[in-house]
Amino acid sequence: MAGTRMRSAVTYSNEPLVSLRSAELHYRVGGALSALRGRSSVVKAVDGVSFDIHRGESVGLLGESGCGKSSIGRLLMKLEDATGGEIVFAGEPISGLRGAALKCYRAKAQLIFQNPFDAVNPRFTIRATLAEPLENAGIPAGEREARIIAALELVRLPQPAQFLDRYPHQLSGGQLQRVVMARALILQPDFVVADEPVSMLDVSVRAGVLNVFRDVRDRLGLTAIYISHDLALVRYVCERTIVMYLGRIMEDGPTEDIVHEPLHPYAKALVAAVPVPHPDQSHDPLPIGRGAPDPRNPPSGCVFRDRCPRAFDRCASEVPQLRQIGTRKVACHLF
Amino acid sequence: MHDLALQKPGLVGRMFRSLKLPLSDPFAVFGLAVYATFLLTAIFADAIAPYDPTEILYTPEYELASDLRPGEQGFILGTTSLGRDIFSQIVYGTRSALIIGITAAFMVALIGSVVGLVSGYFGGWVDAVLMRLADIAFGIPFLPFVIVLAAFLEPSIWNVVLAMALVLWRDTGRVIRSQVLTLRSRGYVDAARVCGSSDLKIILRHIAPNILPLSFLYGSIAIGWAILTEASISFLGFGDPQSISWGYMLQDAFASQALAKQAYYWFVPPGICIILVVSAGFFITRGYENLLFPKLGR
Repeated sequence: MAGTRMRSAVTYSNEPLVSLRSAELHYRVGGALSALRGRSSVVKAVDGVSFDIHRGESVGLLGESGCGKSSIGRLLMKLEDATGGEIVFAGEPISGLRGAALKCYRAKAQLIFQNPFDAVNPRFTIRATLAEPLENAGIPAGEREARIIAALELVRLPQPAQFLDRYPHQLSGGQLQRVVMARALILQPDFVVADEPVSMLDVSVRAGVLNVFRDVRDRLGLTAIYISHDLALVRYVCERTIVMYLGRIMEDGPTEDIVHEPLHPYAKALVAAVPVPHPDQSHDPLPIGRGAPDPRNPPSGCVFRDRCPRAFDRCASEVPQLRQIGTRKVACHLF
Repeated sequence: MHDLALQKPGLVGRMFRSLKLPLSDPFAVFGLAVYATFLLTAIFADAIAPYDPTEILYTPEYELASDLRPGEQGFILGTTSLGRDIFSQIVYGTRSALIIGITAAFMVALIGSVVGLVSGYFGGWVDAVLMRLADIAFGIPFLPFVIVLAAFLEPSIWNVVLAMALVLWRDTGRVIRSQVLTLRSRGYVDAARVCGSSDLKIILRHIAPNILPLSFLYGSIAIGWAILTEASISFLGFGDPQSISWGYMLQDAFASQALAKQAYYWFVPPGICIILVVSAGFFITRGYENLLFPKLGR
């Protein structure tokens, strides 16, 4: 599959930094007893997802809640072990990382959390929170203070020194999210996953945090995955977008192409659902009806077919594979 | 330890603060005061007690100082049928009661906390094995178990401690496990993993401080339990004849028919002491309940 992949216009190095090869994360629901009675079911949070991310690329993972986008983030951070497939970072599968190699990986791949109020220990001062990754990386105590200040300056927290001895509850959401970003960036990682970093923040401070994220990413040349349910945010931050639905990739391509001319019916519905800021312009969300189906019992064939306005016979019998259509890949029998 | 240097208060201060002694609850303050009094009595027993508790005493007329009433011949609480000073026995009984209570509580809190932390944090088969062990421990009737243990081993006050350590960790372990399960799913635990902290470090720094008040709570319940159990065992005659305890005093009084002699001064004081220590433990527990579960709104 990697061989047929078309290179995008920007020149990235040939070797992908991160690649998922039909990665799976299946949860068994129900205990051992119901398994014996044949009643246990499997939730396929991530079901055969493959993509490559090249060094310096930013990719948006887009989808509604429960589609498995955060699970991919957790898989990439090795917070969860894949139940199938492979995740490769810099040429090495991360499933086998132990001990020192794992510690090394932890320094290179970092996660920015969704809820800053939950992502820092309320008993720790900002200094102790930011010192933890430095301790783990074996940075001598004398250098830590300077590194902490530098990281807080990087995320544009004004007068960082005054925050060091404060506790999380004394900071605002925007300030705390900057601290969370500083913790992710303090070891100068190569790869960052941002899991809806502004969804818990007030609208008024979102733009500030987003701009910091963009600037830092460009300045440090980070490879980034930006997980969001908001197409507008993904468009603001990422040049490439992967649209997910029920644990599978529906469409994968340059963000602008997807925004202007979505191919997959689900991507079309997502784009049509974005509010239009003009009263005269007609706003016509596509009728995809109801909510997502029960993830324990997804439809056969294409998982989207029961909501798809253009579904036909083949959709029920055959799972559509991701295929290259022009600049992007689409998993739909219409193409 | 560089990480400790970064925190302002010292380790001891932090540990003391994380115990969160319930000083706002009047019952809890009373309980803590009772404990403090008994603790001081136990520590300075040698200075407080006028006689050796096992020494057979004689009056200046060289008669056996037996069955003397309180105040007679200068014995504060009188003497036993064998001429031993009851006040000194009470004082030394405090010492053995507290030694048993505190070591047993420490063992229960320690084993329970470790089991709860490991079981809740790691989950999977470790959790399954430990919780089935807890089920087995729940199936063991406690007092008969102590008696059987005392029958197999030499009679000693440590039998009670051993039995409690073997059986009573089950409640503490269960409760702490459930607390750890909720703590483990907090974002900052994931954050600590992502930034490279080892499991041990996460347990010690991010999870254990949050369950310390809970283990202290179960510890203070266990103190009362241990003292009560030791008293029951001694009263039933399986106690250690070498060491004076309140339970031993009650058994001695019972065997010497103190009730028939109306020697209330003999068996009432140890009874009151047992009630005081055990209820003080429960008052402290109550204070913790208000701290840990403020929504109960008592």
